Amino acid sequence: MSSRNRHDPAWLKFLLVAITVGFLSLAVLVPLASVFAGAFADGLGAWWATISHPDTVSALKMTLLCAAVAVPVNAVGGFAAAWLLTRFSFKGRTLLLSLLDLPISVSPVIAGMLFVLLFGAQGWFGPWLLEHDIRLIFSPPGLVLATCFVTFPFVARELIPVMEELGVSSEEAASMLGASGWQILRRVTLPAAKWGLLYGLILCNARAMGEFGAVSVVSGHISGETNTLPLHAEILYNEYDFTGAFAVASLLTLLAGVTVGLKAWMERKGGISRRH
Amino acid sequence: MKRRTLPGFGLSMGLTMTWLSLLVLIPLIGLALKASSAEHIWHTLTDERTLAALRTSLTASLAAAAVNALFGPLIAWTLVRYEFPGRRLFDALVDIPFALPTAVAGITLTTLYAPNGWIGRFLAPLGIQVSYSWLGIVVALSFIGFPFVVRTVQPIMEELPMDFEDAAASLGATRLQTLRLVVLPTLLPAIVAGASMAFARGLGEYGSVIFIAGNMPLKTEILPLVIVGKLEQFKYADAAVIAVAMLSLSFALLFLANRLQARLSHRRSA
Repeated sequence: MSSRNRHDPAWLKFLLVAITVGFLSLAVLVPLASVFAGAFADGLGAWWATISHPDTVSALKMTLLCAAVAVPVNAVGGFAAAWLLTRFSFKGRTLLLSLLDLPISVSPVIAGMLFVLLFGAQGWFGPWLLEHDIRLIFSPPGLVLATCFVTFPFVARELIPVMEELGVSSEEAASMLGASGWQILRRVTLPAAKWGLLYGLILCNARAMGEFGAVSVVSGHISGETNTLPLHAEILYNEYDFTGAFAVASLLTLLAGVTVGLKAWMERKGGISRRH
Repeated sequence: MKRRTLPGFGLSMGLTMTWLSLLVLIPLIGLALKASSAEHIWHTLTDERTLAALRTSLTASLAAAAVNALFGPLIAWTLVRYEFPGRRLFDALVDIPFALPTAVAGITLTTLYAPNGWIGRFLAPLGIQVSYSWLGIVVALSFIGFPFVVRTVQPIMEELPMDFEDAAASLGATRLQTLRLVVLPTLLPAIVAGASMAFARGLGEYGSVIFIAGNMPLKTEILPLVIVGKLEQFKYADAAVIAVAMLSLSFALLFLANRLQARLSHRRSA
């Protein structure tokens, strides 16, 4: 690697490495350490008491439910969009491409609010839903919808560049040799694009399980009913149960660690270029 | 129309449009239709509390973007150019703020920077209060935003040809002159693009900020929290007006960032 830094004097190199290590330690390592220090402040027993508490378990289930719906929905939609945008050219293609990215720039609070405006008591469909005794806001379907919105673009964003780069020649060859659409999909496209797809799924899942603002607006904070893990951590924190809050936070931090580890592994293994 | 040899145009078009409409377009149209009179819009947007929150959100996001515009390129440069023990680990750590749920970041930073916290206890004797102040918002937004700058600048640095630096050096430029006059101008569009992404994200950020901000009306209240407040009072029309204003602002910012990136890739392919 000496050729990569042959220009820089040793003092500059030392200074910049020190700044980088210092900044990342202070900004990332210290907070990570303090999550676990907080979580285990009263010992392993207290940590387990919080984790196994019925409210935490129900929050975990809700978090898993949100991810279990949002990830497949956005994977199917994202794959369809990637196929459409990279395999065909049509009018409005550029517009569609920018519409896909839209949810990224929407504040999570506004994302949650969109569904309150649609389905809340004073929303567009509110009176109709009330008449038919269907509850979407302050109930699990609202949490799931808000999660789907904030995780919307992740799979498509990873798949589009990967499938663009793959090109269409093997798919066209398969098609000319008589393969059906499903056969092309299963035997040609998916195996070739699998790293891009996995990468998108991982990012989508991390956001789905960690989302706070959007689900906070639609949840109504009913303990044991409409709480996800991040919302549960907030409630414990606001009740001054700091050890409990950090115990829940430690689960979410482990998830973040696994996500970052898998991401780094895929970037090396799958040759995925880094995105966020 | 070019390629149509592959099957699935109708199916993928149908799936994509259904998915996009149900989850994104219909909800956004619902927001746009919540339109109100010009008088109501003016009244909502010029409300003292809204304006104060807008000021807090703008100044804190801008300060955090500036911090990240300074440290982001330094970190990216070190990770790309130098070999040091733990480089791969530190490179991976840059992604933590993306992956860590914002509520976890919020409660953790608040505890760390509180007067009795691991970091706050060293700042308190100096009279610096971070948690429950404007400075706390900046700390949270810097945490959320620095990966945007690092990850936007990093690929450009990796592709930066060393010949220019060689040429500058052989023509007698000092290393600092080369960095300032040759390297920095090439990286500037990426730095600005990354910082404006961080800025846009900062304006809308909620989870990491509400814990550390203290949320004092007129002082440390951010704009997304004002929206939440309006929703909790069932003032949906007010919330919609503020939301549309915020969305317009962040779209304008992202448009700017995209334009810069487009210019960037154009220059690279040229």
